[in-house]
Amino acid sequence: MTLPINAQNVSIVSVEKINKLSGENVKLCMQCGTCTASCPMAEEMEFYPRKVMHLSQFGLLSEMEDINTYWKCASCHSCSVRCPRGIDIAKVMEALRQLVLRTSKNYIEPSEMPAEQIKELPQIAMVAGFRKLTS
Amino acid sequence: MKISYYPGCTLKLKAKNLELAALASLQALGIDVEEMDRWNCCGAVYSLTDDDLIHHIGPVRNLVRAKERGADKLVTLCSMCYNTLARANQLMRKDQVKRDTINRFMDDEIDYAGEVEVVHFLTLLEEQVGWDTIKKKVKKPLTGLKVAPYYGCTLQRPQAVGIEPMGSFSLMTRLLEAIGATVVPFYSADKCCGSYQVLNVEAGDNDAAANVINAAASAGIEALATSCPLCEYNLGKQQDQFMAKGKITANVPTFYFTQLLGMALGVDPEVCHFELNDSKAVLLLEAKQIQVAA
Ligand code: SF4
Ligand code: SF4
Repeated sequence: MTLPINAQNVSIVSVEKINKLSGENVKLCMQCGTCTASCPMAEEMEFYPRKVMHLSQFGLLSEMEDINTYWKCASCHSCSVRCPRGIDIAKVMEALRQLVLRTSKNYIEPSEMPAEQIKELPQIAMVAGFRKLTS
Repeated sequence: MKISYYPGCTLKLKAKNLELAALASLQALGIDVEEMDRWNCCGAVYSLTDDDLIHHIGPVRNLVRAKERGADKLVTLCSMCYNTLARANQLMRKDQVKRDTINRFMDDEIDYAGEVEVVHFLTLLEEQVGWDTIKKKVKKPLTGLKVAPYYGCTLQRPQAVGIEPMGSFSLMTRLLEAIGATVVPFYSADKCCGSYQVLNVEAGDNDAAANVINAAASAGIEALATSCPLCEYNLGKQQDQFMAKGKITANVPTFYFTQLLGMALGVDPEVCHFELNDSKAVLLLEAKQIQVAA
């Protein structure tokens, strides 16, 4: 799929939003792909982390609206510790999640989780999961 | 030196086997730690958003409690608690603006600037006891058990709070060697088990964890040792489902390193609560003639 990057969809405001929330500078990314290569969840992601970094550099939030990348991110920091440009990509993923969660949208519905699973899960799984995936 | 102990929520409920085996081992080693009389949930994950300070209040409040009691160190067992508390501590040490805001917000508490040191139980064992002493105190060495340390993410990343440099697993390796086990090199020891993503997939579909099990099995590893209840759940408790879905072909039981330490030090096996592990864990110990019932 070709994603057009042009004056109509590039948004400096969105780049600033991502940078402000993450505390990082996405413009530093040189598109080497080390983050994708380090990511244990990459296989399940619709766009790989490198591509998400590229779209973030142009503030293409609408192109990233329906992808699962940042919802599949496990905040494992494998990418962050290896990025040759020193970007904490885990923080960029968190910023993208927060941009959605702060509009009161949930990615998973706690009330729909099977009772059996809730009974089994360790507490840290639920606390962490709800913090990352619900608003 | 005063050492405060922070257990965290999971250790009081689902991961009693991690905590009770650790406390009994400390007793056997003659080390005194005091559980904090008041503590709250650390939040399990460190907030990664730059403008979100409210989620640092939980971990910082625990650090304040430790400082109030005059503790020099705060020791934790759960890897996720360790990471969250250590990162919050670092924030309070390094970021003056955020520190001031957080201290002002908690105006009913004493000010905190990172005075307490957050340490993981493995570091405590190395510093306060030493591997040679542990070796001397071993009553039932775990001879013949081929085990590998599994650190997962939160004991090593980010580097600033890692219990040792990335790619080095020497603390747990030296502990396992001291208790007589055979340590097998494991190149997936810091690969993510999928963490909280287990909430986001059907049972048995957490491929990140299945990949770790497969890597362990093909390295000839019989058991993994961990310090994280979420790793233990994702790796240990899901193996029947992975098997049913054809994602793994061999079982690799998962233990808390404290359970293995406890067994070697001659702690009552009942205290190590192996019934809380995956059933394959007990079968493996029995096959190795390691007594699991009192
Ligand atoms: S590793 Fe860093 S520089 Fe390389 S593509 Fe990823 S974010 Fe960009
Ligand atoms: S932090 Fe997220 S994006 Fe980075 S490697 Fe881990 S799962 Fe992938």
